Amino acid sequence: MSAVTGVDPAGPVGSAGSPRSLEHKRPLGDRGFAILALSAGLLVLVILVLIAVTTSQQAASWFSAEGFKIFTNNWNPTPNNAGQYTQLGALAFIYGTAITAVIALIMAVPVSLGIALLLTEVVPRRWARPIVYVVDLLAVVPSVVWGLWGILVFAPWLQHIYTDIAGGVDGVPVLGPLFGQPVSGASFFTAGIILAFMITPIVTSLSREVIATVPAIDKEGAYALGATRWEMIRGAVWPHSQGGVVGAVLLGLGRAMGETIAVALVIGSSPEITSHLFATGYSLPSVIANQFGESSGEFRAALLGMGVILFAFTIIINVLARGAVERNARRKRGA
Amino acid sequence: MTAATAGPQQVDLREPAGWRRNKNRIMTGLMVLSIILVVIPLGFVLVTVIAKGASSISWSFLTGGPIPSIVAPAGVGGIGPAVLGTIEITALATAIAVPLGILAAVYLNEYGGKSWLAAIIGFMSDVMTGVPSIIMGLFIFSIWVVHRGLAGLSGFAGALALACLMLPIVIRSSYEVLRLVPNALREGSYALGASKARVTVTVVLPAAVSGIVSGSLLAVARAAGETAPLLFCIGAATAANPNVFSGADTALPLQIFANANQPYPGAQDRGWGAALTLIAICFILMIVARLITARFTRYSR
Repeated sequence: MSAVTGVDPAGPVGSAGSPRSLEHKRPLGDRGFAILALSAGLLVLVILVLIAVTTSQQAASWFSAEGFKIFTNNWNPTPNNAGQYTQLGALAFIYGTAITAVIALIMAVPVSLGIALLLTEVVPRRWARPIVYVVDLLAVVPSVVWGLWGILVFAPWLQHIYTDIAGGVDGVPVLGPLFGQPVSGASFFTAGIILAFMITPIVTSLSREVIATVPAIDKEGAYALGATRWEMIRGAVWPHSQGGVVGAVLLGLGRAMGETIAVALVIGSSPEITSHLFATGYSLPSVIANQFGESSGEFRAALLGMGVILFAFTIIINVLARGAVERNARRKRGA
Repeated sequence: MTAATAGPQQVDLREPAGWRRNKNRIMTGLMVLSIILVVIPLGFVLVTVIAKGASSISWSFLTGGPIPSIVAPAGVGGIGPAVLGTIEITALATAIAVPLGILAAVYLNEYGGKSWLAAIIGFMSDVMTGVPSIIMGLFIFSIWVVHRGLAGLSGFAGALALACLMLPIVIRSSYEVLRLVPNALREGSYALGASKARVTVTVVLPAAVSGIVSGSLLAVARAAGETAPLLFCIGAATAANPNVFSGADTALPLQIFANANQPYPGAQDRGWGAALTLIAICFILMIVARLITARFTRYSR
């Protein structure tokens, strides 16, 4: 702590009174290095602030022209006769972002927790390492490769399944509106599945860290009472790691919302709000990626503004998530 | 079912032991199933990329140019400009992000300690790892490219965007390694009269170097595969551009993206070929990082 309070005021003094610091055999380089390290640390905060400020500036015309109409389902980025854009509501993209992220979480969270529990509680340590490598490989496959595979291989295959399911649930009350009317293999659901593959590694590794902090004494206590392994997990591991797992899930949500290229390729690119999960849709990052190149004027401002909205969402979610994970870690230290 | 899920409080002999045992087995089975659910798509992706990409890989494909138009049949031209662009841009991003990231980690661990400022910086750098990569692209577009017009589109702008993406990853991984450096090393050098900067540079960092290198390589692997930050920053070149600081450039992920949604078989072939090249680059980086880590941990034990 003293190091920091020492660095700040000493900044100007160090440069002005360098002869004195030489007397103390405290070379200028020492102060300089401390300041250098501090500024590298501050750079993180500066970048985050600059992201918010500069993108908002570029998007200002959209925010001011549309006001709260940015949250309407009204997207038609073609100028009217007067050369003005009047239909730039982003609700369909926000909806698509939310729905694909939720689909991804529903699929990825149970699988990730299963792997995390398997790694921490079931398999011996020497088996755990190769499994971790395999799961991490999922994260190394670049987003665009998931997208390429998704659109050229996975989506055509899914299309048959979608058609079969849609035929089966036609007219059924809740299932019909959810799983009916597939248009093509590209859809909210396809994007959700691809996202699930992509966020599984991060949710797994964070849940694993959290679950690994459960005190051995709690687990041994449960076993001593005659619990089976699953009962031990429910009774000792779960209550202890609940909060941290929620954080891991939120981080996965943040990743899923911000994932761009894979989604841009497989979501089908049509700004619609529909309950049909097998229908084509759009999401915030993918519309930015697909249309930014051809945009100009207020259309471009709208896309940048959607970036600002996405940035705000992900920052909030990540702050909540990291907070939850850190609280969990602190409680471990306290215990 | 309900009786058993009521929890371990009422573990008693009235419950059929067989059901409790079976339930445990079912749950363990589900955990194993979740591994399989992960391995299957991963295997599918890798096999498909290798099967479809291998046929287009050749020396002239990897190094030749210019990049042909999307309607061109397979075998024309090559993705050499994209390979060069990826290497240039990622290298420049690494040169920017890794030193800054290590310095920030040094601040967090060696100088910041438990101060509130270090806590905030550490927390926000974790939060920054969750900022979507496309936001980094929009950021560099808004702060750099837009003020320079077409001249702003260059490999350098793309490298800035990738550097923003890498920075928090490098900070986090370097910080974790620095924390593991034993205090006795620092105290020993202080006792010899070394200044703090000197201790950090000549004792602490060398002790942590393998971990820092492997963490940085993972960040490089992540950055090399990113498309979104480059979309608005580097323009679209079809010929090799050896000057990373001026003129439009291109990169492997952008080529895959451009070819992925095309109905032309030539374009799709090039897409798969580029995908195989990109995956190979990312995997090699990751394997090297793992080897370094494995060596490091054995050494420190």
